[in-house]
Amino acid sequence: MAHDAGYAPDTLVTAATSETRLSRVVLTIVALGFVALFLLLPLATVFIEAFRKGAAEFFTALGDPETFAAIRLTLLVAGIAVPLNLVFGVAAAWAIAKFEFKGKAFLTTLIDLPFSVSPVISGLVFVLLFSSHSLLGPILQSYGIQILFAVPGLVLATVFVTFPFVARELIPLMQEQGTADEEAALSLGATGWQTFWHVTLPNIKWGLLYGVLLCNARAMGEFGAVSVVSGHIRGQTNTMPLQVEILYNEYNFVAAFAVAALLALLALVTLVLKTALELRYSDEIAASRRH
Amino acid sequence: MSSKSLAGIVKLALVVGSLQLGSIGLALADTTILNVSYDPTRELYKEFNAAFAEKWQADTGETVTIQTSHGGSGKQARSVIDGLEADVVTLALEADIDAIAKESGKIPADWKSRFENNSAPYTSTIVFLVRKGNPKGIKDWGDLVREDVQVITPNPKTSGGARWNFLAAWAWARAANNGDDAKAQEYVAQLFKHVPVLDTGARGATTTFVQRGLGDVLLAWENEAYLSLEELGPDNFDIVTPSISIKAEPPVALVDGNVDSKGTRKVAEAYLNYLYSDVGQKIAAKHYYRPFKPELADPKDTARFTELKLVTIDDFGGWKEAQPKFFGDGGVFDQIYRPGQ
Repeated sequence: MAHDAGYAPDTLVTAATSETRLSRVVLTIVALGFVALFLLLPLATVFIEAFRKGAAEFFTALGDPETFAAIRLTLLVAGIAVPLNLVFGVAAAWAIAKFEFKGKAFLTTLIDLPFSVSPVISGLVFVLLFSSHSLLGPILQSYGIQILFAVPGLVLATVFVTFPFVARELIPLMQEQGTADEEAALSLGATGWQTFWHVTLPNIKWGLLYGVLLCNARAMGEFGAVSVVSGHIRGQTNTMPLQVEILYNEYNFVAAFAVAALLALLALVTLVLKTALELRYSDEIAASRRH
Repeated sequence: MSSKSLAGIVKLALVVGSLQLGSIGLALADTTILNVSYDPTRELYKEFNAAFAEKWQADTGETVTIQTSHGGSGKQARSVIDGLEADVVTLALEADIDAIAKESGKIPADWKSRFENNSAPYTSTIVFLVRKGNPKGIKDWGDLVREDVQVITPNPKTSGGARWNFLAAWAWARAANNGDDAKAQEYVAQLFKHVPVLDTGARGATTTFVQRGLGDVLLAWENEAYLSLEELGPDNFDIVTPSISIKAEPPVALVDGNVDSKGTRKVAEAYLNYLYSDVGQKIAAKHYYRPFKPELADPKDTARFTELKLVTIDDFGGWKEAQPKFFGDGGVFDQIYRPGQ
């Protein structure tokens, strides 16, 4: 290494690593090529296809009543699922990071379950729970409550699938920060709620925001679990990803890619937002990590 | 972001959410019926639903909203069994409606006799879609097993349409060999050696043929073939009608269990009956389904259908016999089809 010059004065080493220039160039090209081939190219294709017949067609496609209903439904489902998971996630992370209790390791593992289970299974779980042949389904139906093939089923499936995002983001952060700040606040006479609102929450807000953004991206983009519980009623229970599939199968390629482009755009906005916030508040973020 | 604005966002999300719920609730205030159908009927029912809503309004003064759900026929049947509140089902196969009747008890076992023509207001058949100008000169089933021909058809294990394809091929070979079923089996086995990829559904197979450009001929529903011609440009494909095919009868049924609990029996029944009216038959023919009563449809539309010899499922002993014999586990299809051979 460069610092070892005293031991090997006749070697000229300028790089931080010992790889040759050739292998560095090759590795860089491979990495960039991979990104271009597997990320940029598909993304570009989506937008090119969406605008193949011009911007007017693109906006007509998005204005179609069924597509519009799908966009609205997606926003509604995410609008319910994300706040719920925000609350669940903070509560779970709070409990796991700040307290010692029996079964803590088990709870931590359980939170990861939705990540490891295939989304199809996540959907089928709710079919098994609420279908006409299940235990709960007929009871709820006798009260006129429809879970499956309606908005509640879509929300449940989405909440299940996106549950880990907020909690996973917060647990390591909160564990790293420890309980010193909270103990100080409590010893100065703050109530539990005040401690949470004025001490804990400001400490974790960046992690929380990141978790919420990821959670939202997945909630809007979820396909498998939602497809199983949707029933595919047009203009009623089709979310945006389901609408993309339907439009594609109906040879309506421009409309399919228009909706896909909108979904991709949401993902991009999420990423840009996250990066912008990170840049703008990088000092503060570093500070909260150091806590 | 401060904790206050965070709380603000949460509140905003909840308010937006509840507003959305409110508007969905309002939309449901009219009489609404749900038609659970299969994949290729979207265009047909889009037009028919509008026509029926207008007619119902004129006759009764009531507004009715017809919702539709489309998907693979078997999957749709499964959803109705699981509790999708369909008022009517309009599926691809009798067996799928039988499954609903048997599993959920919401449809009586004799559903088939409740509407005319075995509850099939329109029929279709299996034809060939070939590349423009028919470069391989495909005219009939016999050409499909030529050395240079590749055939695209979905998997008969999972696709209703593919079962009709299989049986249509069998019917031709049986007729060509003076009713010899062993020879017919040999032909069909040969045919599947010319299939490079088995998709799970009819739309998937169409995409394989049309978008990915695989194969020389697609075995397709007549209505699907005409639709792809219309949607994807008549410059790219031609339709070839073989000498013999099979008459597919996509049936319709009222879901008694659901219409009685929702109080929609009258309108749902009228909806299905309207399929048999001159308006319904005209719309069916317009969307390339062969109408049950061709005399009611537009002669311009019916003239597009080529006359051909049609066998029916009864020539195979009905679905109850044909399904296990040909497509059940260890059935004829399992015996003749080995992937990659």
